[in-house]
Amino acid sequence: MRVRMKVDGVVYEDEVEPRTLLTHHLRDGLGRVGTPIGCDTSNCGSCTLLVDGESVKSCSVLAVQADGTEITTIQGLAEGSTWHPVQKAFQEHHGLQCGYCTPGMILAAVDLLSHNPDPTEDEVRHGLEGNLCRCTGYQNIVKSVLSAASEMRGDGPLPGSFQDAPAESHETAGASS
Amino acid sequence: MTEQLDAGLVAGEIAEHPDALSKPYAGGELGRGRRRKEDAKLVTGQTNWTDNITLPGLLHMTVLRSPMAHARIVSVDVSAALELPGVIAAYSGADLADVQGALPCAWPVTAEMVHPDHPPLAVDEVRYVGDGVAVVVARDRYTAVDALEAIAVEYEQLPAVVDMEAAIAEGADLVHGDKGTNTCFRWPFASGDNYAETVAAAGDDAVVVKRRFRQQRLLPTAIEPRGVVVAPIAAADEYTVYSATQIPHILRVMLALVTGIGEHKIRVIAPDVGGGFGSKLNVYAEEVLALVVAKKLGRPIKWTESRSENYQATIHGRDQIQDIEIAATRDGTLLGLKVELLADMGAYLQLITPGIPILGAFMYPAIYKMKAYDFHCTGVFTTKTPTDAYRGAGRPEATYAIERIMDELAAELGRDPMDLRKQNWIRHEEFPYDMVAGLTYDSGNYEAATEKAEQMFDLAGLRAEQERRRGDNDPMLLGIGISTFTEMCGLAPSRVLGSLSYGAGGWEAAQIRMLPTGKVEVTSGATPHGQGHHTAWSQIVADALGVPFEDVEVVTGDTDSSPKGMDTYGSRSLVVGGIAIHKATGKVLEKAKRIAAHLLEAAEGDVEFSGGTFSVKGSPEATMTIQQVALATFAAHNLPDGMEPTLDSDYVYDPENFSYPHGTHLCAVEIDSETGFTTIRKYVCVDDIGRIVNPVIVEGQVHGGIAQGIAQALYEEAVHDAEGNLTTGSLVDYLVPAAPDLPHFDTGRTETPSTSNPLGVKGVGEAGTIASTPAVMNAIHDALRPFGVRDIAMPATPERVWRALRHDDGTPRDASGTVAYGGPSTNATSGGTS
Ligand code: FES
Ligand code: FES
Repeated sequence: MRVRMKVDGVVYEDEVEPRTLLTHHLRDGLGRVGTPIGCDTSNCGSCTLLVDGESVKSCSVLAVQADGTEITTIQGLAEGSTWHPVQKAFQEHHGLQCGYCTPGMILAAVDLLSHNPDPTEDEVRHGLEGNLCRCTGYQNIVKSVLSAASEMRGDGPLPGSFQDAPAESHETAGASS
Repeated sequence: MTEQLDAGLVAGEIAEHPDALSKPYAGGELGRGRRRKEDAKLVTGQTNWTDNITLPGLLHMTVLRSPMAHARIVSVDVSAALELPGVIAAYSGADLADVQGALPCAWPVTAEMVHPDHPPLAVDEVRYVGDGVAVVVARDRYTAVDALEAIAVEYEQLPAVVDMEAAIAEGADLVHGDKGTNTCFRWPFASGDNYAETVAAAGDDAVVVKRRFRQQRLLPTAIEPRGVVVAPIAAADEYTVYSATQIPHILRVMLALVTGIGEHKIRVIAPDVGGGFGSKLNVYAEEVLALVVAKKLGRPIKWTESRSENYQATIHGRDQIQDIEIAATRDGTLLGLKVELLADMGAYLQLITPGIPILGAFMYPAIYKMKAYDFHCTGVFTTKTPTDAYRGAGRPEATYAIERIMDELAAELGRDPMDLRKQNWIRHEEFPYDMVAGLTYDSGNYEAATEKAEQMFDLAGLRAEQERRRGDNDPMLLGIGISTFTEMCGLAPSRVLGSLSYGAGGWEAAQIRMLPTGKVEVTSGATPHGQGHHTAWSQIVADALGVPFEDVEVVTGDTDSSPKGMDTYGSRSLVVGGIAIHKATGKVLEKAKRIAAHLLEAAEGDVEFSGGTFSVKGSPEATMTIQQVALATFAAHNLPDGMEPTLDSDYVYDPENFSYPHGTHLCAVEIDSETGFTTIRKYVCVDDIGRIVNPVIVEGQVHGGIAQGIAQALYEEAVHDAEGNLTTGSLVDYLVPAAPDLPHFDTGRTETPSTSNPLGVKGVGEAGTIASTPAVMNAIHDALRPFGVRDIAMPATPERVWRALRHDDGTPRDASGTVAYGGPSTNATSGGTS
């Protein structure tokens, strides 16, 4: 079947098998490999992207169902070399380690913030319920999203985790305290 | 002198771009929370995961897996699969029998250990659900998956062996019939005084508490499943293997040994790797199969694991039964510890399967002084996926058992569990301390970490609240859990590994290359998969050489560009790999100093180095930066006689001792006695991991570790039915916690530098996981102790907690049992009630 979709600003028209998953069409068909796959049961959220602005797990959608849509993957989120505030916040607040969950996490967060620009910590945790991360324990992801929210509301980002100056010493003298 | 410098600075005249040359070093790199260099590609989707790799003519491989836990293979017929359009090849185990070799186990823990043959594809028998029986190679993913259905396999079912205790009972069905036993090994280890005699000598003054703990089987669940791509140059018999692995260097050696292809003909690349947690610390069937099939076909091959495959075919973690007995005198002084361990190997031995419980053997005594220690482990075969290293590998299991039983002992003695720990732990002035298990702990300060944690947690306040609420019969039960843990990091001194029969060393390699423009390339054999090595290594090098952080590039994960290494596991990267880098910078400086002395016309003894600049004592204007020296060595116009041009160094560091990070984790839970639901109300940890390179990375490591430890306590369990089927075979049934399932963690630090290495670092990778499981479970038991509850199995699901709070007929137990440390609770010498 023929499908036409705009992916990260570029229009593609291709012949696909009806059973082809959107995620495989993007990765294998279009070479847009920024969106990884982490499961086969639509549980992990690694494959999350935006279809017409709404977050979708691309492993749970057929390519043909996305015919005529406009898709944003992690590769198309930045404006040129200017990162989206959520991308920036993930680096600033150490919201990623291995980074495998990160594309999905960032796009799910973008979607969350488009519906709720001023979420509480709890709302962020529940909003990202469909995205699993095995590395971070989520705390810094939550912080990243709250910081991006603040910046996107015009209140500026939360104080960054990273210091431009050396950290203070925490040394406990082993034999003298 | 200026003339001499100019003579060396030819490059400066050729290239004039201002960014090409280095800026001065600003100082203070160590301990600074640098933004990670890794992140730019990761947050923009420019990452190179193994499954992203594509090559001209790439073929896709899939594996047909056994649906039965144990069966004889009568026949495998791949002919129908070969008829399908787009299918290039299909092979059964028998078809590959003469080329596939056997998967390696590098840790024969005893000379008598039973080591069954482990073919990548089963030939005669399948021994777990997921054991490979055939492979298909096709033009694309979908065709390769379809073709599996066209393969006809006839099985003759054999009895599944699921339960470890049944497996070693008389007359049990056998996993490996030809071996005559399901016992893989017995590993006795007695250390210090004789345990039985020590307890007997104490007579009536001895209090003995026994418990049985179950370390449930866990699924590591790195979010990136495994994957492998093999690119052959058939005519030259040369192969590039890309694998989502933690261990490209070890994998290269092993692939050579398994397949007979020359090690020098195999290049292994670990591209970006999406988490491992031990599960990618192995040599897997699919890596060997992709290689031998690529060799056979002369075409590039890709295999990508699905999550369901991952749950069957990637190693599992834990799965031990711990019978532990602790003895103390009535005043609470520990006498000794006795551990009888059953460890499930699964159906075969993977790379270090038998060594995992042995790593734990040394950690049961933890931070406590005692005289007698008796350990015995039996490794058992079952018809389940092999177990192997998972997040902490043996050490979390040991820590769990000791920290849980310290609480049980405290309850028995009517003591506060923290006071009992304080009475028995090594005091900071007693380091270095020779432990009963034979290790020497180099440094530590348990008092400082605990004091800080108690303050952050408000331990006294929470205890008061607990007492008040217990008095009010509050149906929400507050429990407080303690875990004062240590771990053995920096695996490992090669000699120690040798004494434990491990098949390799524990060193790590590093190389520094000063480039003509003053930039620095660093290679390391410690291959990252999410930890942030490139950032941390850059900080170490920047600090040592006095060059800007931005000027350092770290190269890892490719056996061509970083040819030597022992890879990443066991919290070893910083403690072994980082020290190798530090030592390599020392060699660079040594050579640079001689050159600087030569060019500055000074005696070497008069040349000093600080902040990236060499200077001569007493003549302040005679200076030269390290970048200028690098350029001078490149031009090589004026070097001391006999000196080699260029400024590089290699260092292979073999640690002399382990390092022993420690910490105090405190957890408060609220349990709804109506539903059995546990909520973590507060989690505080103070970790002492010695000197810190990057505090932000450290905190991230701690968070992730705590999350996985909590997951073991509350959520995760790989369950097999009586036929050996994994009933938690996908993310639908296996509960990996999501953001709402985990609390906020309050983290703190103390810094007691390790004395075992020049940077004073200890390692952090597994601290959180090791500490948090007992902290949470101790909190749950603390909440339930007034109800006479003695042991709840992990994970402590609402159902288990709810049942524990009720009698067999469903009526609620009352809290008439004595409170935590109001006096002896129950008969101390029988097993638990889970
Ligand atoms: S890959 Fe789509 S949810 Fe896991
Ligand atoms: S950063 Fe590794 S899975 Fe989230």
